This record gives sequence, structure tokens and C-alpha cells, in this order.
Amino acid sequence: MTVIGALLALSACGESGPGAPVIRVGSKSFTENYIVAELVAQIIDETGEARAERHLGLGGTGIVYTALAAGDLDIYPEYTGTIAQAILKEPSATSVEALRTRLAPRGLTLSDPLGFDNTYALALRRDTAQRLGVRTISELARHPTLTGAFDAGFLEREDGWPGLRRHYGLRLADVRIMEHALTYAALASGRVDVIDVFSTDGQLARLDLTVLVDDRRFFPDYTAVLLARRSLVERHPRTWAALSDRLAGRLDNQAMARLNALADLERRTFAEAAATFLGRAGPARSADRPLGRLTLEHLWLVSVSMTVAVLVGLPLGILAARRPRLAQLELMGVGVLQTIPGLALLAFMIPLFGIGQLPALVALCLYALLPIVRNTVAGLGSLDPRLVEMTAVLGIDGWRRLAWIELPMASLTIMAGIKTSAVLTVGTATLAAFIGGGGYGTLIVTGLALNDVATILAGAIPSAVMALAIHAAFEAADRLLVPRALRAGGRASE
Amino acid sequence: MIALRHVSKRFDGRVALDDVSLTVEAGVTHVLLGSSGSGKSTILKIILGLVRPDTGDVRVEPAARIGYVVQEGALYPHLTVADNAILPARAAGWRLDARRARLDALAPLVGLESSLLLRYPHQLSGGQRQRVGLLRALMLDPPVLLLDEPLGSLDPIARADLQAQLVALIGQLARTVVVVTHDVREAFVFGAAITLLDRGRVVQHGTFADLATRPAEPFVAEFLRAQAPPRAMTQYL
Repeated sequence: MTVIGALLALSACGESGPGAPVIRVGSKSFTENYIVAELVAQIIDETGEARAERHLGLGGTGIVYTALAAGDLDIYPEYTGTIAQAILKEPSATSVEALRTRLAPRGLTLSDPLGFDNTYALALRRDTAQRLGVRTISELARHPTLTGAFDAGFLEREDGWPGLRRHYGLRLADVRIMEHALTYAALASGRVDVIDVFSTDGQLARLDLTVLVDDRRFFPDYTAVLLARRSLVERHPRTWAALSDRLAGRLDNQAMARLNALADLERRTFAEAAATFLGRAGPARSADRPLGRLTLEHLWLVSVSMTVAVLVGLPLGILAARRPRLAQLELMGVGVLQTIPGLALLAFMIPLFGIGQLPALVALCLYALLPIVRNTVAGLGSLDPRLVEMTAVLGIDGWRRLAWIELPMASLTIMAGIKTSAVLTVGTATLAAFIGGGGYGTLIVTGLALNDVATILAGAIPSAVMALAIHAAFEAADRLLVPRALRAGGRASE
Repeated sequence: MIALRHVSKRFDGRVALDDVSLTVEAGVTHVLLGSSGSGKSTILKIILGLVRPDTGDVRVEPAARIGYVVQEGALYPHLTVADNAILPARAAGWRLDARRARLDALAPLVGLESSLLLRYPHQLSGGQRQRVGLLRALMLDPPVLLLDEPLGSLDPIARADLQAQLVALIGQLARTVVVVTHDVREAFVFGAAITLLDRGRVVQHGTFADLATRPAEPFVAEFLRAQAPPRAMTQYL
């Protein structure tokens, strides 16, 4: 109880803050989007009209856009191609002006292009490019003896190699499939001549590569912009103007690639990378959160969702054990919940509960239900019918039959369900970071974005340790909740 | 007094009881004798109200809680012997000291050492478990006691031992008792009145002597003879 009380107090502190108006900044979970969101947040804080509240590392367009549309975010970095295709589903709308018109009825608006374009591109080593005199993709078509290494996605997508080859009439002597991260090494060592890259890839700056100009405009436009709620523009005009002044047209592919390299290759935090661009010495705020804080957040997610899941799951299981028809329906229901992929379930929660801890807690509760309900039904259903029948003869009925006889006899099975559920929940709770729910997942998401195994492990290992600790805690709870004679130890003393 | 009139019962279309009429007089020990599947346990469950007859009616007087003992005692594995035994009193809302006093009074009566009271059922022998079941059935001092194969799963010595104690106890209590058994010798030892059943049907009511000397059907003689010890053996015992 004390622990829960402390957690409550802590989370209450986290929610409230100074009275200043808040602008909620979101980002997806990859390096570039993190950095631009940090830029936005730091400029907001600098302008002083409002305080930036960061919800970074959300799990993809579906989640971050849904949160913006639902009013749980005010602004996040997006790409025109994504807005046209994934959000508006109008691939023909490509200009910023056209997109802005179509977004207006949704209460949203766009900044002017920031200056960089995150799309596929082809790259050569600078010396190769200079030797052959190749600057554009059209010019590459004149050198069919070159070899290429592309990652599987680029090789298969219609807006990748197959379409590009037809569009330019390209031919290469040899094309091989290779993991994206390895293609750079292959190119640098001269084993291949051409690779596919993202136009703002941090490696471009480091390896001194030449990115070929898409002179016949094959690759779709993924121009970076800021996607914001109109209310932000109206309420905080100075902030919006500052964002336009400092960012629009200021951040070209090279500059973005350099910032990406700072985070991806030089292991600087997103906040430090952003601060560098804004011409500051240090970061305005560390992007890292101390492990203690993450541990409390994670523990909070697990303990609250488990408490609710037990309070809901146990009665559901008892009810189902009494009515076999209902049991079928219930188990099917919670079973279906279990089959919904974690991220999808989290995404469904956003229109209902916004982003942050609440939707994560609800989703975790729903996931935790199945083992609890199923084991309660199984435990109560497998009791010796002669012993259950005898309760009627002894005059034990209603809640007393449940409390004195049935639940204690089924307790081992029920506790096993709760234990399974708790250990699974510790793992599932790492997904909460994708909707801004905090916890160890924050490190895992950041680590995945940076392709930084150490950061991923910094989240994954404590999560595994917590799972073990919770398992041990439940083993101890068994001693209190399962009657001695029913435990393995009690039997052994026979 | 217990009276069943024209009671029939089917389970999933299978006949369990077929037009059974039966009267157990107050203060008498009545044996229901028959092979497995003859319907004798179903009659007990109908008397207890656990099973509702399809047709016919049942009267049990006085309408009070009935003591019920089954094979192996049907004890709850998570409760100690004492906690198992006092369950009916606890359900009836007795105070702790009243329960304890009753437990202390009954334990010697059923031949249960008080050192066993804090053990768990799995730590007892079959005979001890059966005594706990009997103790529990007697907790509320019921006017009617039903025993379903009370010696069923015991080894021969424990069986003979408990049988003698039960006979003495029943005589001492002077209650209405119904004993269900498939064992002809038990029927002989327990019962002033015997009802022989076969496939849900009453074959004959009467004393052991009635059954032995005036069998209503050839089945009666056949049933008794099947369990009789060989004559050549009895001369040694």
C-alpha cells in the first residue's frame, strides 16, 4: 500500500506543473523525428510564450497522428508524402499549399517546408562519382558495368528499385540484397558501387558519399514540415512565428544528415543534437531519464493494471465458472483481446483515452485479463464435484461456499494465472512507451531509433529483472494466499 | 421417518430409479443393499435434496439437517481435521467455544485421537479420514444419518474395526440411520431392515432372515449366495 501511495504521489507530481500554458510536442520513434521534435520543443521554451511538454518516441504515424487529431498533441514533425498518402489518402495532393487546404477542415495546419527531404536516394563514393562524372541518376544509366547493393525493402517496393529501373532505364552489372546497415561498409570498401540510402542518413556525412540527383523526379516527395493544430497558431502566434523563422527553409538534407549523425554515430542525445543546431553549447534538457524514475513508472504501469485486472478478472472468472455458456463467451472475448497485436491495441486506445499512461494502463489491463479469467474458470471448474456437492449438505452456501471452500481449493491454479499475467505484463508494459506511457520501454524505443544495442539493453535488462522480481514476490504471496496443505511443500511432507 | 412413494429418476435417459417406494421408521437402521448401479446412492441424494426425482414424492421428518457420510470421508484438503469437522457448526453460526466443546465431545465417540485434529486429511489413514467424516456428520446432532458405503475403501482390519465401532455408536445414538452397501455381511451386521435393489428397482424389503429364507425372486437368493464364504472355509474361522 505504501508503495502504491508513493507511486500515486509521484505520478501526481509528474502530471501537474507550473501554471504556464503547455504546448505538447510529439515525435515518432526514429532519430530524425526525435531531433526535429527536440528542436521544436527547445524553440518553444526559448520563446517563453508556453512550456513544451515532450511526448517523444510514439509508435508510428497511426499513433502520433491520431493523438494530434484527438487533441492530445499540438505539434509534431511529419513528411508531405506521409500526409498525402497515409493521412489524407490523396496521393495526388503533393504541394504544401494543397495539403494545408485539405487539413484545414480537420483543425490542422502545416508549416512551410523545413528544407530537407527524407526519401530514398542512390549514393556513390565521391571518388567514383567524380571519376565517372556522375551527378544525376540519368547519368548513372550510362554506366551499366557498375554493381549495386540494396536492402530488401528497396529492392521489392514499387517506389524502390523496380520502378526506378523502368523510370530511368537503369541497368547494373550485379545487384545484391544486403542489410541496410551493411551496405555502407560494402560501399566504403569498394565491393559495390551504388547503394540505396535515405537522403538525410547520418552515414552520408561521415562516409563522404555523393547522393545522386533525382533529375527526372521518380522518388515521391517526403518534404519535412511541422504538422500542428490550428489552435496552437492562434493561441501562441509568437511561438509559431519563431518556429517558422528558425526552422522553415533552414534545415537542408546535409544539415539534417549531420544532426542524425550526431545522434546515431556520435552517441549524442537528441536534445544535444538539437541544441547544436540552435547554436547552443549544452542541451536545454537531457533526453535521458534516470533509471529510478523509469523503474517507478514501469512498476506503476504493472501494479495498477494488475490490480485492476485481478479485481475485474476474478469476478469474471467466478461468474463464468457458474455459467458454462457465459464462460464460452467470456473466454472468447478475452481471447480475442489477446490476439490483437500490442501496438494496434494501444492505437485503438488513443481516440478513447488520449496518449500517456491512462491508455497504456487500460490496454495492459485488457491484456492481463486472459490468464486470470482462464485460470479462475479452470481452477473452479476442476474441483472434485463430490466435495462441491457436500457443501450443500453441510449448509455452506453463497459467498461462504466461495470463500471457505472453492477459492481456497482453486487458489493454486488462480495464483498461477495471476503470476503468469504479472510476468507477461512487465514485458508488455515496455510497449507503453509507444504512446507516451513511460517506463523501461522509453529506453528500448530510443535504442531502436539509434540502433544502439546498449540503450536497448538498458531498458530490456531492468525489465527482465523486474519480471523475475515480481515472479519471486508472487511465489512469496503464494505462502500467504494458498493453503499450506495445497502447496507443493505441504504435500511433500506427507 | 423417511418415506419415498413411487419415486422414479432418469439421468440422460438411463433409468436410475424405477417406481421406488420405501419407508424408514424413526430410530431404525435401514440398509439399502445392491450392486453398483442399483440406485442405492441416488436414493440417498434424493433424501438429501441433492437430486430431484422425476416423479413421486419424498418426505423426511423431522425436517432438519441430515448427517451424511461418504466413502473416504469427502474431506476438504485445505482444511485441518478440526476445521473440516466443525464446518456445519461454523455454517450454522456457532461460536468458537461451542464448536470446540462439541468437537472435544465427539472425537472420542468416533474413535479419533485428539492429536490428529491439527493434521491435514492427506496425513491420515483411510479409516481415520472416515472417522472425521462421521464426526463432521454428527456435528449438529442430526436426527437422520445417511452412510454411503462407510467402509468402502478400507483395508480388512481397519474395516472390521470401524464396523464394530459404527454398530456400537449407532446403537448408542438411537437415530434414524440409512446405510448404503453392496456387502451382504455389512447388511447383516447393520440392518434391522434391508431393502435389496437391482437396476433401480426394489426387489425385496425385509429382515435378513426374510431375504434368506423367503426370497421374492430368484435374484435375491443368487445375490446372497454370491457373497457367501465357502462352507469349507467357515469351519476354520
